[in-house]
Amino acid sequence: MPSKTCVLCQKANAILKRPKTGQQICKECFFTVFETEVHNTITTAKLFKPGDRVAIGASGGKDSTVLAHVMKTLNDRYNYGLQLFLLSIDEGITGYRDDSLETVKRNQIQYDLPLKILSYDELYGWTMDAIVEQIGRKNNCTFCGVFRRQALDRGAAMLEVDHIVTGHNADDIAETVLMNIMRGDIARLGRCTLICTQGEDTIKRSKPFKYAYEKEIVMYAYFKKLDYFSTECIYSPDAYRGHARVFLKDLEAARPSAIIDIIHSGEAFEVAEDVKIKDQQTCQRCGYISSNELCKACALLEGLERGIAGMGIKERRRLEKAAPAPENLRTIPVFPRAPKSNEKLPA
Amino acid sequence: MSTLTLKVEFGGGLELLFSNQRVHNVTIPSTMLASSKDWEATSNDPANVTYLLHWLKDNLLKEREELFLEGDTVRPGILVLINETDWELLGEGDYVLKDKDEIVMISTLHGG
Ligand SMILES: [Zn+2]
Ligand SMILES: [Zn+2]
Repeated sequence: MPSKTCVLCQKANAILKRPKTGQQICKECFFTVFETEVHNTITTAKLFKPGDRVAIGASGGKDSTVLAHVMKTLNDRYNYGLQLFLLSIDEGITGYRDDSLETVKRNQIQYDLPLKILSYDELYGWTMDAIVEQIGRKNNCTFCGVFRRQALDRGAAMLEVDHIVTGHNADDIAETVLMNIMRGDIARLGRCTLICTQGEDTIKRSKPFKYAYEKEIVMYAYFKKLDYFSTECIYSPDAYRGHARVFLKDLEAARPSAIIDIIHSGEAFEVAEDVKIKDQQTCQRCGYISSNELCKACALLEGLERGIAGMGIKERRRLEKAAPAPENLRTIPVFPRAPKSNEKLPA
Repeated sequence: MSTLTLKVEFGGGLELLFSNQRVHNVTIPSTMLASSKDWEATSNDPANVTYLLHWLKDNLLKEREELFLEGDTVRPGILVLINETDWELLGEGDYVLKDKDEIVMISTLHGG
């Protein structure tokens, strides 16, 4: 089959069919349109302002590796004036995270960005390996999810950053829309398509790859010869998400615009702000923002420390009644409330 | 029997299904021979990429073929490049292979 000419520059041979548009484009035009679209996403959503300190949540996987490369490139090209950092969380999973952290350490050198690694072990006194040993493989993703979210916030506070950017791409967001529909979680359905979220007190989180297709991210990494790590977490057979992903990939194969269409559908569900949101307070033990006396991480940690984390709720309640939490319970280091420059001062 | 020598490279975690080896130099027949019980090729047609996929499944794949093939093509989410070009521009499985072609297959399904 004769090679085809790039529809953008009309000169070079096309090497890629864009899933979003069906256009056939050459390598140089691909780099340009991919980077420019991310730049447009960033500027349209006004994600940053000059002087912002921004942490890139870096796992060593494809999305965050490409994100680090593109953020660095755009910051230099368009003079965003951002101070960029790599922030990695070490969950303590032998044979998975230790290998991917090696990739992040190489990225640190390749992109010349300061790197902060924060481990579950130093923060909570528990690695995921140790947690799985106690509670088994059934609910370990709950622990990991709660612990990772707080770890990222704490790492960001340590780096004194205003903002965390993550590598979530269009496919990830479409998948989350589908999962929220399947679970009937309408409140999350409205929120999961937001490009930028900010809790009451926590640091801003954004997704500059919101409109970037996974295919293009992987092709970008391939053609730029970026160094990334690809293995599934050994503890996460998240079957439900897996089915959603396969379903989405089947839809994409039949009609590539399905991914953007699903995101637009999610955006169309404009959900009225949840009126039942409990008054936010801070965790009595660690100071993290929380809607209960104890934040989720402290509650989970207490269960682990007392050896009751893997038990059913009834058994747990009985044990908790029988004996209160011991005084010398291990706690998470106190969470310093990040000073916010844009904070409204009382009149 | 005439043959084709090809360089086949796996990435993005797909190499885990192929002895955790990224690059394989393979020699395959230059015309399709019915090689698989679930895929009857028309003999004597020149070998194309669909034929190569089945050849790889029968000769190199070590585990979990459902993570590699779905019917007569790769599982959705696996990208294929032929000589550094997206196979979607080259007729996908119908592309007729030439000696020394380089085929790259990358899974996009592994964590970000
Ligand atoms: Zn071009
Ligand atoms: Zn707490």
